[in-house]
Amino acid sequence: MYAVTYHRAASVADATKLAKGKDAKYLSGGMTLIPAMKTRLAAPSDLIDLGHIADLKGIKVSGKTVTIGAGTTHSEVANNAKLKSVCPALTDLAGHIGDPHVRHKGTIGGSIANNDPAADYPAAMLALDATIVTNKREIAAAKFFKGLFETALKEGEIVTGVTFTAPEKAGYEKFRNPASRYAMTGVFVAKSKDGVRAAVTGAGDNGVFRSKEVEAALSKSFAASALEGVKVPSKNLMGDLHATPDYRANLVVVMAKRAVAKAG
Amino acid sequence: MSDVSLVVNGRKVSGSVEDRTLLVHFLRENLGLTGTHVGCDTSQCGACVVHVDGKAVKSCTMLAVQASGSEVVTIEGLANGAELHPVQAAFKEHHGLQCGFCTPGMIMAATDMIRRHPEGLDEATVRAELEGNICRCTGYHNIVKAVLAASKTMAKSKGKAKAKAA
Repeated sequence: MYAVTYHRAASVADATKLAKGKDAKYLSGGMTLIPAMKTRLAAPSDLIDLGHIADLKGIKVSGKTVTIGAGTTHSEVANNAKLKSVCPALTDLAGHIGDPHVRHKGTIGGSIANNDPAADYPAAMLALDATIVTNKREIAAAKFFKGLFETALKEGEIVTGVTFTAPEKAGYEKFRNPASRYAMTGVFVAKSKDGVRAAVTGAGDNGVFRSKEVEAALSKSFAASALEGVKVPSKNLMGDLHATPDYRANLVVVMAKRAVAKAG
Repeated sequence: MSDVSLVVNGRKVSGSVEDRTLLVHFLRENLGLTGTHVGCDTSQCGACVVHVDGKAVKSCTMLAVQASGSEVVTIEGLANGAELHPVQAAFKEHHGLQCGFCTPGMIMAATDMIRRHPEGLDEATVRAELEGNICRCTGYHNIVKAVLAASKTMAKSKGKAKAKAA
């Protein structure tokens, strides 16, 4: 790791002030950023630690409206009983990110702001039609996730939380890379009164996306059998030494089936 | 450079380190607590697991200065004098180690796992919970046995303590 100057922010306003004029990175749980700095893939001059800002932590469930603070860890999301009662798909997703030690540190805000093309949360946010809240504005998930590691966040803008309406039914299933354990393809399906949304992570060559084909089939009938014979085009899907675009296209349908089965 | 102050295994410690110093290096090099190991250095193997404010974390993926103000427990903080912690005793009894390199992280992960599952553990849960700890010798079988045995022993002694209190 290259030398870096650490700052502990007391508030979000303090954090943006500390970052001003520097080649700084915001540090939340650090489960992606610190490994990236260790391998020198990231080399910020300054780190602004958001991990001690109390305002960024916590989960609120009021009726069907869910608000999760950006600094809430995966472990806190996974174990929140109220959230589990209205959206068990999301607590289940959080409980399968990384491993228990990573879940104690990694945060939902960090994951969303990083927008790794194989991260789990972006698929959930897109399928749940969530709103990403920053210190400046509110952004619909569909407009927030822009591409590989790219978001709508501007200079000085920090994700402070996410909010969404709990769906009637939802499920998430991923096919893990056997070594890295990241999703080689993960599908989050959600059924609400506005229809069915299905978002895919780990497969798109430009990050998370919605699958029209899966959504069309599930809109007719929200059952795994409705996906029988459905084909997803392999154009714009990732191909690497782990899986070809065709293989991933098939995985989208298989994971969607399992996600729907899980949604019940 | 930054000042770091921590409570490690119940003892107040402090030091001045480069901001980029990882917690694991602070523990090993500044405090001489070499029980915490660096295995993969890529946040996968779990040999570096310690407890920070009561939660298991990978100390190779956290800066020392990030942890400043926290309470840290390492493998050296588990035993009560010459008396092994029940998880340590179970690893010994069930041969839960061969070369021993992963053992400190395994034991810190196991104590955290047992704390988070007061309802008790089964084999499938232990195996799933060990996702973040890699052993390259034993094939996990005896590690899982040791964790299950320790969880039972600890539940029993808790029960006894409760009975005594009542």
